[in-house]
Amino acid sequence: MVEALATEETIDAQTIDGAIAYLQTQFPDAVKLDDREGYQGLIVDSAQLLKVARAIRDDLGFDYLSSATAVDYLGVDDHMEMVYHAYRTSGGGALVFKAQTDREDAQIPSLVPVWRGADFQEREAWDLYGIRFPGHPNLKRILMWEGFHGHPMRKDWREAYYEEEVKPFDSRWPGGHVHRSEEKNVFGKNVAYPPEIDLNRLMDSSETSVYSSLGLGVDIEQIMDKDGFETNQLVVNMGPHHPSTHGVFRMVLTVDGETVTSLEPVMGYLHRNHEKIGERNTYLHNIPFTDRLDYISSMGNNHGYVLAVEQLMSLGRRYNPPTYRCEALRVMMVELSRIVNHLWAIGFWLNDIGAFFTPVLYFIQERERILDFFEAVAGSRMMCNYMRFGGLFADLPERIKSVSNLANDRVRDYNTMQFLTEMVNERIPRTIDELEQLLTQNEIVLERSIGVGILSAEDAINYSAAGPLLRGSGVAYDIRRADPYSIYPELDFDIAVEQEGDMYARYRVRVQELRESVRILRQILPRLEATKGESIWADGKVGAYAPRVPLGEAYGRVENGKGELGYYIVSAGGKNGSSNPWRYHVRAPSFINLTPMGIMSTGYKVADIVGILGSIDIVLGETDR
Amino acid sequence: MYGTGLAKGLALTLRHFVDSFVDDIRYGMRKYHHSTDNFGIRQGTKTQGVITVQYPDEKVAVPERFRFVPFLIVEDDDHPTRAGKDWCTSCGICAKVCPPQCIWIVRGNDPVTGRPVPEPEAFFIDIDICMNCGYCAEYCPFDAIKMDHDYELASYDRTTHHIHDKERLSKPNSYWRKIAPTRAYDEMMVRGTWEHIDVAKEARRGQSAARRGTSQPSPQPAAAAPPAPAAPEAEAPASPPEASSAAAGATPWSEDEAKREERRRKALERKARRAAKQGGG
Amino acid sequence: MELNLQELKQTEFPVPVELEDNIAITSLSQLYNWGRRNSLWPMLFGLACCAIEMIATASSRFDFSRFGFEVMRATPRQADLMIVSGTVTKKMVVPIVRLYNQMPEPKYVLAMGACASGGGPFKEGYNVVSGMDKYLPVDVYVPGCPPTPQALLYGMIALQRKIDGQSIANGDDVPWYGVGPAEPTPVPVLGPDIIDPRQMDMIRRQAESAAMEMAALGQRELPAATQMVAAKATTQEAVAAAPAEVDSDALNFVLPTGGTPWSEAEDIREKRRLRALARKAVRATRRAAETDEG
Repeated sequence: MVEALATEETIDAQTIDGAIAYLQTQFPDAVKLDDREGYQGLIVDSAQLLKVARAIRDDLGFDYLSSATAVDYLGVDDHMEMVYHAYRTSGGGALVFKAQTDREDAQIPSLVPVWRGADFQEREAWDLYGIRFPGHPNLKRILMWEGFHGHPMRKDWREAYYEEEVKPFDSRWPGGHVHRSEEKNVFGKNVAYPPEIDLNRLMDSSETSVYSSLGLGVDIEQIMDKDGFETNQLVVNMGPHHPSTHGVFRMVLTVDGETVTSLEPVMGYLHRNHEKIGERNTYLHNIPFTDRLDYISSMGNNHGYVLAVEQLMSLGRRYNPPTYRCEALRVMMVELSRIVNHLWAIGFWLNDIGAFFTPVLYFIQERERILDFFEAVAGSRMMCNYMRFGGLFADLPERIKSVSNLANDRVRDYNTMQFLTEMVNERIPRTIDELEQLLTQNEIVLERSIGVGILSAEDAINYSAAGPLLRGSGVAYDIRRADPYSIYPELDFDIAVEQEGDMYARYRVRVQELRESVRILRQILPRLEATKGESIWADGKVGAYAPRVPLGEAYGRVENGKGELGYYIVSAGGKNGSSNPWRYHVRAPSFINLTPMGIMSTGYKVADIVGILGSIDIVLGETDR
Repeated sequence: MYGTGLAKGLALTLRHFVDSFVDDIRYGMRKYHHSTDNFGIRQGTKTQGVITVQYPDEKVAVPERFRFVPFLIVEDDDHPTRAGKDWCTSCGICAKVCPPQCIWIVRGNDPVTGRPVPEPEAFFIDIDICMNCGYCAEYCPFDAIKMDHDYELASYDRTTHHIHDKERLSKPNSYWRKIAPTRAYDEMMVRGTWEHIDVAKEARRGQSAARRGTSQPSPQPAAAAPPAPAAPEAEAPASPPEASSAAAGATPWSEDEAKREERRRKALERKARRAAKQGGG
Repeated sequence: MELNLQELKQTEFPVPVELEDNIAITSLSQLYNWGRRNSLWPMLFGLACCAIEMIATASSRFDFSRFGFEVMRATPRQADLMIVSGTVTKKMVVPIVRLYNQMPEPKYVLAMGACASGGGPFKEGYNVVSGMDKYLPVDVYVPGCPPTPQALLYGMIALQRKIDGQSIANGDDVPWYGVGPAEPTPVPVLGPDIIDPRQMDMIRRQAESAAMEMAALGQRELPAATQMVAAKATTQEAVAAAPAEVDSDALNFVLPTGGTPWSEAEDIREKRRLRALARKAVRATRRAAETDEG
């Protein structure tokens, strides 16, 4: 249909510009170009958003809504804005469109009827920004609890330990007024309780809301009420303290006997205000914070963030793109952390379906060695903080060498390249072989996982699933190929796809991706040998610690172990740029991949739920941010 | 046939079990801390499986780049001229690049003139906030703050132990050279001397004044002797462990290099001031 | 585990040399502690990044079962030690306190990492509790972000040493050697912000002073919702106005560990806050006077 339209109106709707032109001709009164400096895409009239969105999905084929996020332009234009990034699963760039609304009584029509993947993201926008979405089936807070005062991501909302609008804080130097924040605000809160609050009858209203609007056919009033309790439906609460929820995740499900009839994820138990803190930080400050998002593969988080900021910096004049060696090193680190990530994902998934800890112990062996390597190169096992804008923290050391410092310290000393070669050519492939030998034909694994937790391809796309979850449903969508970045275009690897869409398919995808990662690493090592001695910084110039980022917006995304990790960054700097982002949003794959959790679980047994969750592979640091 | 998959898996487990003993025999019958030499091999890529580290009887030594909480470098006690002097000049860059803002510095002031002196009067790091990111060490233009390798810091009371003051933070220069010889060497190559950069600067100033006095400019800076006063440690290690890119040219402590470094530092400082101004405004 | 009699031996009762390997004379307290510290079962309970390092510590390379930490129990009823491994959020602290109350005595809390000790890099966040010790008595703090497995092991050994120092004869030492059941820690409530029931009096006073302030400003008839926002804004200003006098004695100020950080220093702080409010009022009147003149 797209081709037909294109020939009719001589607009090549396949390209992004063509798509924009098509929308402008179709909806002349509803869309206009976003002509603010450094911005891209369209601004859509809020009243007609739904219509335009349908056309974007159905006529233009942008079937995948990657990210939907709110921005508060207090003091700039004094309005709120929802920013949507839509992609085609056949590949290509993003169609960015925005809808604006007033700050007071903010309302934008919900896009859930068009893309189900907007569900959690709109709830997040309501929770943190206070934008209402008429038409949303289940609009309630998602990260904070129901009853929390205010919408904390608004620019005029200040935390209890608020010091200044942006970092660095003035008190740190040269006066050095050392303090603990608690001393300044004893409560650790910034809410003043209204005089009429009845402290004797305090009630936690957040719990009732969790159950009451379960939204999936359960009325807690009815279940609590003895007279109305007629069915054998049960409400089961799993988490936040549960060994199989991979952290502090919580699910509320209703079961009919052993069969799950509805499920709702409840999250926010690790919501540590990453984005709010990120907007106060300078661009550089945010890199170590990204480590703590998906703390299993911190290298990948670094990569997405520096790509987004580099994209913005490239709009300015003085920008040096990273050198080839730098890119090769980045790809190597990211692929190593993908291996770590998938080993953990598979290991913990097996924990969930009953193989308690033995497989994990085998996989941890290689993880420990990769972590030793990270520690020697980047300085920390998990929080690597390795990448910088236009470069890296440091090149590979000649030797992976430790120095005795404490009593009883035992030193190690390996040649770095030799260590890598042995890892890539021997140890990691051997571990993958063992993994397959242990599991792929294992009857218990097959029984537990085949045909369980099925997600169809259409649903996977519509629910904005990403990563192995999407590819396990037969959609060959890998950002490294669909929207290439870094040096991936010149590397030879395949996209891992399985058609079935069940737990076993996702497991197969992960195993294949492990093998593909090894394949990529085998191509990277000669490149590293070839570029030995070259600088990791363009012209050998180490990047400044306070880079000025020009005005504009950028959306940088990478294929992380868990799926599509995107960073939406708005710089509202002046002519000379700014060192603090105005908006810093993380499109977290773990968070959005949970959107289809409800439909994936319905109809399966309660014992399968943890397995299904494990097969999605979430990390709570990223889910809750 | 039903059950073959299971059997295969069990066979693998059995093989791991046997392998661990085979390895023990191969690497000298002794697993643990009795055998120091084996430790490197058995924690490396050559061995099967993974061997338990018998902490605290044996500890995995951390690599040079390892970062835990920061510490400040002070000159060694046996230094001829600057014994016990801080390397820190209280320029405040570490406090600015610190992502969670856990560093507080009181800039020293001359009691008589009231002018700032390049020495911190007080220095605090709240290790309950510190995220061990290493930015302070990375961006310090004077190589004065470093990430420590001592991770054994557990305490029973955080109120008394977890805000590190200057006294607690200060560690001698020789300690840094001991825990990170390669990096200390690299930094020396960039700085041009084992001494603090200020010493080198003064020495250079003196030298160039002397040169001007005799009106015999040295034709090649590369041929000039290291400008630093001959410190006992001034001999470089026999082989540079990591060829630093800055040192690829002629003598690394050539004047050009030092000047460039100085310029870069100044520019960085200027930039930081601007950033701070922007941030404050 | 290999039994090391030397650990148990007390020197004041001599044992014949030839029996040294077979007999140890010890005190009941020491025997008690010895058993206790060598069978500390942690709760299988991970919060954030540190939990991954905790798993790495539990797994084969570092293996904390060598110290009797043995198995991680998923239920609090079987656990002796709560390793708070990661950022404690306001939303999560409610279940954590509840879990702690469910643990049988004796019970210990180990705060792993900067976040659990004092909020860590996320301290400034609106949903982050700045330190587990605001709610639970913490026995050992392990700094680091995250602590490496070896750092955690060091912290666990430190906890064992602490247990060695406790005495069964001294009821004041630890609550569970005393008489009678211990009081459960009050579970916080998620209201407009998190509400600690132990802070009720303080909150009440704050609400009253807010009401007085409103009355003084002549804005009594504000609708409830706006009132709350207005009150919030005023506290923020008060907070912003306060810091000037805290600098010098900041380090001397000791936040009481465990239990109630708000009990002792509370009055001082309340005074400080009131003074700040007074200053603000003075400023406001001065400003009003200026505008009148102008």
